[in-house]
Amino acid sequence: MPAAKRGEGRGERGQRRRPAPASIAAAPAVASPVPGLSREQLLDLYYWMRLTRTLEERLVALYRQTKVVGGLFRSLGQEADSVGSAYALERRDILSPLIRNLGSMLVKGATPLEILRQYMAKADSPTRGRELNIHFGDTDRGFIGQISPLGDMVPVMAGVTLSFKMRREDRVGLVYVGDGATSTGAFHEGINFAAVQRCPLVVIVENNGYAYSTPTNRQTAARQFVDKALGYGVPGESADGNDVLAVCDVTKRAVDRARRGQGVTLIELTTYRRKGHAEHDNQSYVPPGEIERWERENDPITRYHDRLTSELGFAAAEIDATDDRVRRVVDEATDEAERSGAPEALDALVGVYADPAVQPPLWFREGAAGVVDVHERPEGWGTYSAPASDTV
Amino acid sequence: MPEITYLEAIREGLIEEMERDVNVFCLGEDIGRYGGAFKVTDGLLDRFGEQRVIDSPISETGIVGAAAGAAHMGMRPVVEMQFIDFIANAYDMLTNYVATARYRAFLPCPMVVRGPSGGYVRGGPFHSQNPEAGFVHTPGLKVVYPSTAQDAKGLIKAAIRDDDCVLFFEHKYLYRRVKAEMPAGDHVVPIGKARIAREGRDLSIITYAATVWKALDAAEQIEREDGLSVEVLDLRSLAPLDDDAIQETVRKTNRVLIVHEDTRTGGLAGEITARINERSFAWLDAPVLRVTAHDVPLPYAPSLEDYVLPQTTDIVRALRTLAAY
Repeated sequence: MPAAKRGEGRGERGQRRRPAPASIAAAPAVASPVPGLSREQLLDLYYWMRLTRTLEERLVALYRQTKVVGGLFRSLGQEADSVGSAYALERRDILSPLIRNLGSMLVKGATPLEILRQYMAKADSPTRGRELNIHFGDTDRGFIGQISPLGDMVPVMAGVTLSFKMRREDRVGLVYVGDGATSTGAFHEGINFAAVQRCPLVVIVENNGYAYSTPTNRQTAARQFVDKALGYGVPGESADGNDVLAVCDVTKRAVDRARRGQGVTLIELTTYRRKGHAEHDNQSYVPPGEIERWERENDPITRYHDRLTSELGFAAAEIDATDDRVRRVVDEATDEAERSGAPEALDALVGVYADPAVQPPLWFREGAAGVVDVHERPEGWGTYSAPASDTV
Repeated sequence: MPEITYLEAIREGLIEEMERDVNVFCLGEDIGRYGGAFKVTDGLLDRFGEQRVIDSPISETGIVGAAAGAAHMGMRPVVEMQFIDFIANAYDMLTNYVATARYRAFLPCPMVVRGPSGGYVRGGPFHSQNPEAGFVHTPGLKVVYPSTAQDAKGLIKAAIRDDDCVLFFEHKYLYRRVKAEMPAGDHVVPIGKARIAREGRDLSIITYAATVWKALDAAEQIEREDGLSVEVLDLRSLAPLDDDAIQETVRKTNRVLIVHEDTRTGGLAGEITARINERSFAWLDAPVLRVTAHDVPLPYAPSLEDYVLPQTTDIVRALRTLAAY
């Protein structure tokens, strides 16, 4: 666990979970080679990226053992954009992740154990087996569960941040969309609404080159996604999504603007999706050599590792120790997750509504007392002789 | 106390709830300065200010989504669809996001989506629809559709207080045509409870919204001309349906007609018939019959609209068929 996070009170519920990082603003700027980030925080950023990758690698192994019962979605090569942007938020702020933002959720306090249980559909997973993969949330820890239709979280986060504004709370929201989601009506309606209302919202467009198999040039005729900011009358900024410090910095500027009451910022982060849409996708649509080139020349963790050791004065041993810690965390979480059982079937009928809290099982299911089973009859049934009928 | 219209009753309910709970706010197109296309929210802006009566862009997905987000954080938004026909633009947000929020993510979504619905007003295909069936079909949503001024007020208040999303259908034909004195005090009508609009012994009509009034007219005519006593059950809530009230009237009269203004195929009458079949088959003395709109988009010309929509004469004819079975 990163040293800087220890002992920070998060309430009874939060203390059992991995704490999210302290705010950047609160960090001492002394003795750090990067303004605004302490030495511990620089190593934290590495920790969260490494944890994201190692955890996903573990999930691949579990997927191949068929222990992950649904699809598996990787963020390989995109760890910096998730971690760097989420790190720019305060604890009280709320983000809405997308399918490739495991890193953002970990930073916000989601635990590897929760992720593993969720993927394996365990009874004690965050959604008790109702939802897949990283589709879950916890408003106390500051992340909201996404749904699959893309772009929908933008209006939702517009509403979350509208509530901050209405209640004069000093809180900011961050919503992620991919290059593909910018084509949806929901994206447009959400960012436009938030812009008009000057909601304290940061919209991050992660341009990772592909939406499933569709390349960005089939997604938009815009030269770059950040150009869309102009149309909404909001500031737009772009950054190298594979440079965790640049991501953190650009997001922090947008968060600060939102906090000052200056409304929405649209950020485009350029990155690259090195795996398919999900684990089953063989990426046959990707030009030969492209994936390998990004892996070789622009891996966000390798880049940051090199920067930490060459430029920022970290010893390789320090980083190795972080890698060891991550492996330990993931190993322990895996063992614990595998011990959990499947949800009880009847729990499927609980919680559609607050009232009624439970749906009744249908009569044809064993053990359910059914209306047809009981053969209710009025008195004298079967003895009535009907008159000739009219045409129906 | 003076009588007020169905429309004024909704407004009165909104005002009372906004005064009772600071978390209640209204969001919609032209609802503030202009007071709404039908003036349901007239005067609310002056009374509660721009923070709580928000004129939105033309964005049904945007405002329904924003309402959901605000609701997660403890607010109780009331979203107006300028015409309920436009709720189709928010269908994804309502069915995929809002309806599933509690179940999949334990996110509370206490919000109301309300708007003018229904025909008989020469509104044509996009200002006359009754799109309730699709939402009744969606687990996680509640649907109410009052026919009286008292229920309009009592149900809007119940909808705002409900901890889940409630779709509140308002019949625009009834807005200024029906009036009633409001009960004194905090008048809340529970969601999920039907109302017997007219007691009867020989035949039952199960209906809701504007056709309640047509059913009552038909019932009077049948009593006068045929000497038969007709019960009229006003469902008020469509999701959840008051199954017990439905079975009770079936078992009382043994002959049932279901009437709705919505189109026939996949309409609620099919669902109600299935429930009667499952629970009260042995009590039926005749097949359950339906009077509904024809399965066409609603046309504009009076001669066309009147032909497509159910009329009192249709109900009278169906009741006589049922009685003669």
